[in-house]
Amino acid sequence: MKFAIQVNEGPYQHQATDSAYQFAKAALDAGHEIMRVFFYHDGVNNGTNLTTPPQDDRNIVNRWSELGKEHNLDLVVCVAAAQRRGIVDEGEMQRNGKSAQNIADGFRISGLGQLIEAGIQSERLVVFGD
Amino acid sequence: MSTLHTVNKSPFEKSSLESCLGYAKAGSAVLMYEDAVYGAIKGTAIADKIAAADGVKFFVLGADLKARGVAEDKVAAGIEIVDYSAFVNMAVENDKVQAWV
Repeated sequence: MKFAIQVNEGPYQHQATDSAYQFAKAALDAGHEIMRVFFYHDGVNNGTNLTTPPQDDRNIVNRWSELGKEHNLDLVVCVAAAQRRGIVDEGEMQRNGKSAQNIADGFRISGLGQLIEAGIQSERLVVFGD
Repeated sequence: MSTLHTVNKSPFEKSSLESCLGYAKAGSAVLMYEDAVYGAIKGTAIADKIAAADGVKFFVLGADLKARGVAEDKVAAGIEIVDYSAFVNMAVENDKVQAWV
């Protein structure tokens, strides 16, 4: 079955992104497809490459990047939520005159249309948030 | 049309589980995970409301029970303890998933 997942909360503050990751992993292990993971609101903070959690803690950002790489997942960060919170890719850096970029491996910045499309094209949209 | 309702708030803190119980139709399923696992404990006012919900199946995520130190024998009768793999299966078997976030 074709799933889409929405994540509305950032890492280390709320369990939502951990739950979403465990769900995604279980779905992929069962042979299902995840056509997109959409990171919205504070969920965009899952897509920064500047985090350095202690070595004995889970690395939530890298974990998403690795799952994305392994299964060719479309990890999409909402652009408006990202601009507010300082999640920046090359294009956003140039467009907004910023001095750096920090989008994590495998993530891309795009718009809410990607969430709507995920809702239409997937068979189930599963939402994780506060 | 059956729905999987996912609830992640403790019913002793927020009203989303009770709201969900008001909307869930016979034939649907309710999964309690994250802090909502506290709603699965037997002998509470919420447990009575869950027991009174006719034709609705109740599930609780075992990993989140364990993370909160809630022993499985504290779970009320009629609530099935499941893992993430069963969560995925429930999302497949029901026609849609409604998150009470």
